[in-house]
Amino acid sequence: MNHDPQDTVSPRTIEQVYKPIDRRTFLKGSAVAMVGVAGLMAALKPLLALESGETTLDDLLQKHYRELKPEDLKKIMAALEAKTEKQYGVRPTIRDLKPIPGVEFGYALNLTRCIGCRKCAHACLKENNQSRDDAQDIEMSYIRVLEMNKGAINLETSSVYYDPETVPQKGKYYMPAQCHQCRQSPCTKVCPVQATWQEPDGVVVVDYNWCIGCRYCMAACPYDARRFNYKKPSLTKDQINPNQSYLSNRIRPKGVVEKCTFCLHRTRDGKYPACLEVCPTGARVFGNLLDPDSEINYILNNKRVYVLKEEVGTLPRFYYFFDK
Amino acid sequence: MRDYFTFLFRVWRLSFQGSWKFYAWMTLLSVVSLIGLNAWAHQIVDGLQTTGMTNQVSWGAYIANFTFLVGVAAAAVMLVIPAYIYKKEHMHEVVLFGELLAIAVIVMCLLFVTVDLGHPERFHHMIPPFGVFNFPGSILSWDVIVLNGYLLLNLHIAGYLLYCRYRHREPTRMFYIPFVFLSIAWAVSIHTVTAFLYVGLAGRSYWHNPLVPSRFLASAFVAGPALMILTFQIVRKVTHYFIGDKPIFTLRMIMTVAMIINMFLLGCELFTEFYSPTQHAAAAHYLYFGLHGHSGLVPWIWTAIALNTIGLGLLISPFSRRIVGLNLACGTCFIGIWTEKGMGLIIPGFVPSPLGQVVEYLPTVNETLVCLGIWSFGALLFSWMLHVAIPIMNGSLRENPEFATSQD
Repeated sequence: MNHDPQDTVSPRTIEQVYKPIDRRTFLKGSAVAMVGVAGLMAALKPLLALESGETTLDDLLQKHYRELKPEDLKKIMAALEAKTEKQYGVRPTIRDLKPIPGVEFGYALNLTRCIGCRKCAHACLKENNQSRDDAQDIEMSYIRVLEMNKGAINLETSSVYYDPETVPQKGKYYMPAQCHQCRQSPCTKVCPVQATWQEPDGVVVVDYNWCIGCRYCMAACPYDARRFNYKKPSLTKDQINPNQSYLSNRIRPKGVVEKCTFCLHRTRDGKYPACLEVCPTGARVFGNLLDPDSEINYILNNKRVYVLKEEVGTLPRFYYFFDK
Repeated sequence: MRDYFTFLFRVWRLSFQGSWKFYAWMTLLSVVSLIGLNAWAHQIVDGLQTTGMTNQVSWGAYIANFTFLVGVAAAAVMLVIPAYIYKKEHMHEVVLFGELLAIAVIVMCLLFVTVDLGHPERFHHMIPPFGVFNFPGSILSWDVIVLNGYLLLNLHIAGYLLYCRYRHREPTRMFYIPFVFLSIAWAVSIHTVTAFLYVGLAGRSYWHNPLVPSRFLASAFVAGPALMILTFQIVRKVTHYFIGDKPIFTLRMIMTVAMIINMFLLGCELFTEFYSPTQHAAAAHYLYFGLHGHSGLVPWIWTAIALNTIGLGLLISPFSRRIVGLNLACGTCFIGIWTEKGMGLIIPGFVPSPLGQVVEYLPTVNETLVCLGIWSFGALLFSWMLHVAIPIMNGSLRENPEFATSQD
């Protein structure tokens, strides 16, 4: 290739560098700079569509949940209530329920009884204010119900999109899966900013105001238990559950991860999780692992109990069991 | 201090001196970068729904490109080792370009991670005392340290050596040699830590595999030198800087050995996955043959394997002793490894999902524009650094113009 190497920087152009800037160069440079700035502004124009007040200075300066003073948290929750009212037209009550001393929650699910009706998955959506586009959309539900082929416990051949007239179908059994609230939780270990952690009662929570949205926890979770808000949650006024808490079911901003919290706004208040209450077959058992007389401990001590993916070493607080 | 500001001012002036070809190239890269910035602005407003990612496949093209590029940055060490440890004189002609490439590529890596975040404005949550840094628990926090550390090391070494050249004085060994040796270990660490991001996840059997870090390094030492060989030829064609054939052929040898190791490790991986048909091979099955009727990545990975095989064939044959053949080998290897190591590694980690669902992933147009923008910005940065560094390297820009060598 015949090439003139003087194309880029020739001695003549180097000469220029040593000289002070003359008027002509200055004007030329200014014109180029103007074009550059105009291009930059044009590229950033979509940012004008950001809703005002979506990210305030207070949001940026907010500390991690566990470092907040009670009065600061109160102010933040009041601001969140106002924001929800402005954006969704409903004013919720956002509380901060603390773990109850002497309680460690455990959950067990009876695979013999579950019929795969998916009422739990729908109840989860209603309770926890997840985004949904229509009545059938349960993608953001914290519970995925797997339709399994009898004869094995093989996730590989299971289906979550089954849609027959009636359940249960012949030759199938059903296995709902949700956050296992692991004792050795890979998700909390990998979070670079500790936006997710285990509470003293065993519930793994997310500070939605601290999460940076890197989704490393989703990659780490062996149970597909975490959901990401790829968009601002779509919720109509009548879909919103106004009984909310800071660490669980308050409406999430876009760009953060959310997950099952064993309905801590209910369970730390002496109620059962929404998925348990709605279950028509009584397949779900929830209780305090530290109470030797609890039903959950009876099951763990007397039934045939199965831990999903025990080999991954997560030590879940969520168990499956069989009646016969 | 005043001298240093004069230096910066001259560098700034020099940045805008060039032929129309230089201007056309830089304008093109600027425009594509701005298009990418525009796409990112759309993503900020609408959220990551503008990408093809889902709850099941929660990382996509951004993290794939990030992973690949960390390797390219690490490969700068393949110029540093021959130059400083084996004292190959001819490598000193080019070692600085490797460091500049590492700087540009690390910036690209950081950008790819940033655009992947749902809340980039919260990045300070990682920086104590404003935030909580989950160190040493989270491998991602290790990655933040090693990547930024590598960026600083290379900025220091390249900046210091260039400034000394400009001042026309010998660099003090104490000020850069220790950093050069540190950067060698550090380069290996950036790619190993990045591999550990994936290898550490016991729930993803496709990634939970001790071969991944070794393969990462082996493939990086192919893709990085491939890019450098191509760059060196552009440098010697369009600028006044002499680069002989020797460093290029040293790199060819490195590439060849690394590619043989890479393909051997690939063979080991394939044997393990397919000889005994375990459930853990489901992801590999999806990648190479499709799973339950889903086969989105099958043409992708076979393209990669074909390119890598052709690349290896070219490298070990005498054909690549000629520059044309070598360029062809570099092109096929670079694209082949980008294809395999990016999407070919990241996506099957998510397919099937931990609960057995097969959800496929395809990047959207907006996502692709963001990626193109970052590649373009990286090229812009690297072109600019070369444009400024070369007149200093060849002696035409000096503090005292009388010491400058004429390049006629």
